[in-house]
Amino acid sequence: MVYGKRARLSWRNKRRLPFLLFLLPSLCGVMLFVLLPFLDVMKRSVQTAVTGEFTGLKNYNVIFHNQAFLLAVGNTLRFTFVCIPLLVLVGLLIAFPLSGFKNAGLIKSVYLFPLAMPTATIVLVWKMVFYRQGFFNLALTKLGEMTGLWGTVAVDYLATDASFWVLVASYLWKNTGYTVVLWLAGILSIPNEYIEAAKVDGAGRWKCIRHIILPNLKGSFYTIVILSFLNSFKIYREAYLVAGSYPQEDIYLLQHLFNNWFVNMEFDKMAAAAVCVGAVLLAAIMLLQRLWDKEE
Amino acid sequence: MLRLMKKYIAAALLLLPALLICFPVFLILTGSVMDGIELGQYLGPVFGGGEGFICWKLMPDYPTFEHYGRLLFLTPSFFVLFWNSVKMVGCILVGQLLVGVPAAWAFAAYRVRGSRMLFALYVVLMLLPFQVTMLSSYLVLDRLFLLNTHRAIILPAVFSTFPIFLSYGGFRQIPVQLLEAARIDGAGEFKIFLKIGLPLGKSGLLSAIVLGFLEYWNLMEQPLAFLEDKALWPLSLYLPEISWTQAGFALCASFITLIPAAFVFVMGQDYLEQGIIYSGLKE
Repeated sequence: MVYGKRARLSWRNKRRLPFLLFLLPSLCGVMLFVLLPFLDVMKRSVQTAVTGEFTGLKNYNVIFHNQAFLLAVGNTLRFTFVCIPLLVLVGLLIAFPLSGFKNAGLIKSVYLFPLAMPTATIVLVWKMVFYRQGFFNLALTKLGEMTGLWGTVAVDYLATDASFWVLVASYLWKNTGYTVVLWLAGILSIPNEYIEAAKVDGAGRWKCIRHIILPNLKGSFYTIVILSFLNSFKIYREAYLVAGSYPQEDIYLLQHLFNNWFVNMEFDKMAAAAVCVGAVLLAAIMLLQRLWDKEE
Repeated sequence: MLRLMKKYIAAALLLLPALLICFPVFLILTGSVMDGIELGQYLGPVFGGGEGFICWKLMPDYPTFEHYGRLLFLTPSFFVLFWNSVKMVGCILVGQLLVGVPAAWAFAAYRVRGSRMLFALYVVLMLLPFQVTMLSSYLVLDRLFLLNTHRAIILPAVFSTFPIFLSYGGFRQIPVQLLEAARIDGAGEFKIFLKIGLPLGKSGLLSAIVLGFLEYWNLMEQPLAFLEDKALWPLSLYLPEISWTQAGFALCASFITLIPAAFVFVMGQDYLEQGIIYSGLKE
């Protein structure tokens, strides 16, 4: 008995040493560049920016009464809640028929290609498409002429509240491929026997989808939501390159605000906002993980 | 027959949005070989404030490589930024491999107390957007006197936890029994990593390289915040600096920016897909 315990202990130690050695460089870096500085930020969030006096929750109070902050939070939330369901749905609608193809490779790679396109490359094209006299209005006007339903369309999509939808479109454009690949992996990992068995039992195509395929895709669903969420923050690149630091107010996102505070050295507000956003994200991630664990 | 037709119709429907996706590439490619005056006529309404709509031609009337010539031979600043990009991406990827791959191996091959917790922490760090960690990165870079140097971009990126997550996905595919067998045969832990882990789990780290390249070739937020000197900027920030009167030039620069990314995409497509799937795996 005693011998066994000691053997197990030493085996543990034997494992712990290589584990630590392999992990050490990364752990040191993460400590130095992320964790410790974030503690510093937490400390700063309860201090004044210049003198470093303790002010309690004053900074938090300030940002929650700050017009720009409220606007940015609202826009970011709106963007997230419009984009993610859309992306998840569009991805699924494309992945379904694609899963029936033997050689889906080419179509898949075409959908993935925008992921590889540098944002800077694409911004010029966005401007050509969405300016008042750009391609999008040209197509709409032509369509109107053809059907006779409407005349010339002259909306400047980047200077009105339509700019929000331009961002949504470019987000979908960029991320659909990613989502399709994840959905496809999920659909193809469902054992074929399940579907065959259901078919033998007389289930139609729709029943198969509803009762077998969709329930089996829950794991993929949570993954896709988390990753889409993560990628939704990168839309700032497009927004910034198309419209600069102070865009039309419907696309003034949290990312713009952080950047502008950074430029103006308003570190006290920035620290408080970083802590808040970090906490909300942490809560959202944990919630999704919890839901996901429950499924299994 | 009907089945076959249905399939073709479905394929056509799926290719339609795909064409939409390719449209920008087509615009950039044709625009970059268009004569300046011709381009000015087409784009005039949009940027010159004229009447009518933008228009375009499938094949330019006066194809020319004038812009490429100017960009490649008469614009040294373009090269400076190009090499900045190459240097940063190269250093980041090499650093990530040196730091991240062993860390991923630690998580995949050794289950010790606390390793799960630590891994969960890494996942959360991977998911935090740049803006949340911007101030903390700034503070530490400031204290280390790294601001306004390339190291300010490279070092934090090297310790990003995303490649660890991807490499972990590859290493997890290796059966534990194999490692045990090697241990019984007397192989040291480092040898196991080199001889078994790396060859068998390479798909994870290759996909980390491909996804990493596409991400860092596109670097924007970090250099905007941490590099004041424009001569240090990466290529991704050069394009917005070009004004509209030089549209052909800008399109040409766009195309050249696209080439390395497209190359990596074509070469590493399988790994890219694998990486996306790994990034969706649960630990």
